[in-house]
Amino acid sequence: MASVPRSFLLLSIIPTILILCADFACCNTGRKTGDGLDTDFSGFSVPLEHSFEVDDVSRFRMRGALQLRGGRETSVSLSQSQLSEEDRNTLKEVAAVDGLYKIRVPRVSLTDRQTERQMDGYLTAFVRACSLVESHLSDVITLHTDVSGYLIGVSIVTIPGACRGTEVEDEVDLEAFNTTLTIIVPTNAPQPETALFIERMDIEHEKRGKPQEQKSFFAKYWMYIVPLVLFLMMSGAQDQSGGGAANGGGR
Amino acid sequence: MSKPTSLFVIFFSLFVMSEAVFEDQVGKFDWRQQYVGKTLFAHFDSHSQSSKKLFLATDKNIFASFNSRTGELFWRHVDKAGPEGTIDILLLHGQGDNSGRLLRSWDTNMGGLNWEAVLDTGSFQAACFVAMQDTVKHVAVLKKAAISLHYLTNGHQKWVENLPDSDTVQYQAVYSGGEEEVYVLGVVPNSHLTIIAYSLEDGEIIKQVTWSRTLCVVVGHGVLMCVDTATLALYVDTLVCNRLYIPVLVSSQPHPARSPISEFFLQLGPDHHVLLQLNADGYTIAPLRDFQPSDVFPPQLYVHAFLKKDDSVGYRVLVQTQDHALTFIQQPGRVVWTREEALADVVTMEMVDLPLTGTQAELEGEFGKKADGLFPMVLKRLSSQVILLQAWLAHLWKLFYEARKPHGQVKNEVTIETLSRDEFNLQKMMVMVTASGKLFGIDSKSGSILWKHYLENVQPNAVFKLIVQRTTAHFPHPPQCTLLIKDKDTGLASLHVFNPIFGRKSHIAPPALPRPILQSLLLPVIDQDYAKVLLLVDDQYKVTAFPSTKNVLQQLQEMASSIFFYLIRSDQGNLSGFRLRKDLSTERIWEVVLPTEVQKIVAVNGKRPNEHVHSQGRVMGDRSVLYKYLNPNLLAVVTESTDAHPERAFVGVFLVDGVTGRIIHEAVQRKARGPVHFVHSENWVVYEYWNTKSRRNEFSVLELFEGTELYNSTVFSSLDRPHLPQVLQQTYIFPSPITTMEATLTEKGITSRHLLVGLPSGAILSLPKMFLDPRRPEVVTEHSREENLIPYAPEMPIRTEWFINYNQTVARVKGIYTAPSGLESTCLVVAYGLDIYQTRVYPSKQFDVLKDDYDYVLISSVLFALFFATMISKRLAQVKLLNRAWR
Repeated sequence: MASVPRSFLLLSIIPTILILCADFACCNTGRKTGDGLDTDFSGFSVPLEHSFEVDDVSRFRMRGALQLRGGRETSVSLSQSQLSEEDRNTLKEVAAVDGLYKIRVPRVSLTDRQTERQMDGYLTAFVRACSLVESHLSDVITLHTDVSGYLIGVSIVTIPGACRGTEVEDEVDLEAFNTTLTIIVPTNAPQPETALFIERMDIEHEKRGKPQEQKSFFAKYWMYIVPLVLFLMMSGAQDQSGGGAANGGGR
Repeated sequence: MSKPTSLFVIFFSLFVMSEAVFEDQVGKFDWRQQYVGKTLFAHFDSHSQSSKKLFLATDKNIFASFNSRTGELFWRHVDKAGPEGTIDILLLHGQGDNSGRLLRSWDTNMGGLNWEAVLDTGSFQAACFVAMQDTVKHVAVLKKAAISLHYLTNGHQKWVENLPDSDTVQYQAVYSGGEEEVYVLGVVPNSHLTIIAYSLEDGEIIKQVTWSRTLCVVVGHGVLMCVDTATLALYVDTLVCNRLYIPVLVSSQPHPARSPISEFFLQLGPDHHVLLQLNADGYTIAPLRDFQPSDVFPPQLYVHAFLKKDDSVGYRVLVQTQDHALTFIQQPGRVVWTREEALADVVTMEMVDLPLTGTQAELEGEFGKKADGLFPMVLKRLSSQVILLQAWLAHLWKLFYEARKPHGQVKNEVTIETLSRDEFNLQKMMVMVTASGKLFGIDSKSGSILWKHYLENVQPNAVFKLIVQRTTAHFPHPPQCTLLIKDKDTGLASLHVFNPIFGRKSHIAPPALPRPILQSLLLPVIDQDYAKVLLLVDDQYKVTAFPSTKNVLQQLQEMASSIFFYLIRSDQGNLSGFRLRKDLSTERIWEVVLPTEVQKIVAVNGKRPNEHVHSQGRVMGDRSVLYKYLNPNLLAVVTESTDAHPERAFVGVFLVDGVTGRIIHEAVQRKARGPVHFVHSENWVVYEYWNTKSRRNEFSVLELFEGTELYNSTVFSSLDRPHLPQVLQQTYIFPSPITTMEATLTEKGITSRHLLVGLPSGAILSLPKMFLDPRRPEVVTEHSREENLIPYAPEMPIRTEWFINYNQTVARVKGIYTAPSGLESTCLVVAYGLDIYQTRVYPSKQFDVLKDDYDYVLISSVLFALFFATMISKRLAQVKLLNRAWR
């Protein structure tokens, strides 16, 4: 979504990427709306650390700082420094031995600032170092929160994600991260769509029902019934007269 | 518009309807076995000499009647599971009854309920029949604070009396000796005994006696025993402080109207009994026989002695052993029948292919051996062909020979020796693991138990995992199953390696596992003997491989960087991923934490490794393809909120990649609560939950699609799938609660899938997956009709034709196991719980099999007729041509 302008490189200032979470309707925390208003809207920052070692023993160093902003519209931005010469070489070495590039963020809550201190531990994710190198440090970091706004997971992928073994000659490509950052909050699973179905059934009923109601059985088949009734009446009348005659005869 | 829709629905209902069983197919492909569980109370019907009835009440809250000659069930009552339905006591006098909060009486012939009486609250202590002049008319029930007398004919309460000083006195026994009095025995610990006699007529206290311990004697190993001469009541207490075992007195009263037999058992230890006799003076007790601990299995015995016609004493014994087998023994020590009641509690099971016959194996063996030159190979081939020919001729001869015999005699019994794979691999070996630690091998076609093996020293809280390490496909290596037995409290595990066909323990020594095991995973890596490698991860994240030969370790080292596994600690809400290092240590590479204050993980389910998906995508109405997201490493994690309030409760469904720890999808079902049942297969997850707002059960289906283009069509790698899949979801109302759920499985995955849903009613519903499709359109369009999508309806139907077990109810279904057969159309299903039911299902009907009633005569006669017609007409044509030429 955002990219680092190349002209900034000389100035070597910290490129800032700001991504807004596109998904604000779902930040329903399950608590009263009043609570959300009380929370600190100024935001806070948590460190984003990374580790890449040839011997695969994690030694996390600072990569940047995540500026988190809780509340109704959860947003996050990342300010990160460039990779140093030494780091670049290490990363290339790690990529050569198919090592891992790991990142971690501390467990925090985006909405409830009080409980932040109580939680310890980190959320960790990894990507193959070679794919990070081959993608020229363009990665996508996703932060996942649960319904209450706690960070529950982090993930990192690179685009493209494959390791094809292509050499990255240009040192400049490995200096600055081109990071896309998103927050994903849980989606609400759908409920059974009863209202729509009933509406549809009603419409169908109306369509089907109207012509039937207009025409009753008699209205439909009067042309058969009337002659039949007439015929029966005629024959009945004949019978009666015949019967009368028979009765008379018997007397 | 409307008319085609309804037609469409009717068409589909017709299409799905035609899968019920025909009447003549009942019992042809399916069987059911009914069990009752571990016996708590047993009674012989002693009213008439020729009675065959046997009454049992079991720990599974079942009251049943058996045929004592065959061991078959006459009738069975399945009460509520759990403490609500616990049977406290079973008394027998022409009618049986059991009680707790309810007092019930049953008819012993038919098993019909005579009456039911609700008792007052209070913990149950004892009950007995009360008789007057040799006729039993009442039943007395002793509760903690009250005694009540009920009429035996209708259950009405005659009187109820509060017991005096019930807060200090522990009332323990109620007794009636055929007089007009009911005695209640109470104990004040370390002080005295109280005996109260009630009048039978109105419940008035006739007399109340308090005994201090004057009549008590010390018997055996520090056991205090008190005898009451007036009522023949006995009381026992230990003098030794450490109450390791409370002695139990076992006496028998053959008829409620007479006094109990003066001989009685005193149980001093778990396996130490003393037979004692109360002497005629009523004061002294003489030991008759001391039964020292000798048996490995202390059995539970129910003896029924009777006088035979020639006045000699006959007996029948019902023995309940530790492995929950129920054996009935008659006079000369002959075992009449045995019931394997351990099968009432199957924990896990697998189905293993049967081995090939000798000749088939011979052919297979030819390819297995190393090639040694062209000529010997030709010879070997020829020799095996000759053997095949011989076998075929022998088979033909047998067929001919049997055809001459009358039909009834030709019944080949299935024994372990004659086991061999059938043409379509429809007959398999069911390996069942039961909670008691007994393993069974059952033939899936007939349901007969072919082998059983009792594992001793299995803790009652052990969890089992059955792993098939080597299938039957690798002749001459025998198939190999491994059972991982883990103590739930300590986490310490042990392995039992056995041959699933014969049940014999393998000679392969399993590795010692000194540390608690967290996770076990079966790798696709095979050793030189074609056994899949089992990795066991202990609590220090060290990995043990089994088998751990040099070959395996070398392979593991080579593959180490691509072996990932996950661990889940549901108590901390922690999911973490690990990667194997070359030195078989592990490194943690990802971590996802679901805070336990908000939600707790209730279930995690991956996909079945033997599942095949035939089509990569779905062809849509506009002829484009929607590709499925087929991630073999995907885990479905289901959580439930800790907040149980109906408005705020929710069920969370997380789809997590097991390799990278990436959360693929995260959905929350609001106002929902468990128990959640779910199935995860192919590219879909189906789950069922309770909607707290609408108070109904609902089904939800999630399907994952990559979109209309595949990222990498040749191979799937979790490490290289940067784009998240599209997730579609739909929810339906289901009109019944469910107990378990499983999906059908076929050999190649071409057949459409059905969900097998176990209902509390005991029916197993085969629900077409087609009804659970999130792409079911709300408004029917040209495209959706092209795709054969059923229009959306919020309610899921339950059609009785979909019950695969027709009237063969499976009580308390706990699990459903599905296995593919050799036929693509056919899936083998085993439902287990209290009963075991085996059948076959054909989700897309039997497209690859001719019908049973296929008319071979007609088709062959038509063929022959056509053949002869051609011959004759050819001849006629020739004659005609000749005649024309002559003209």
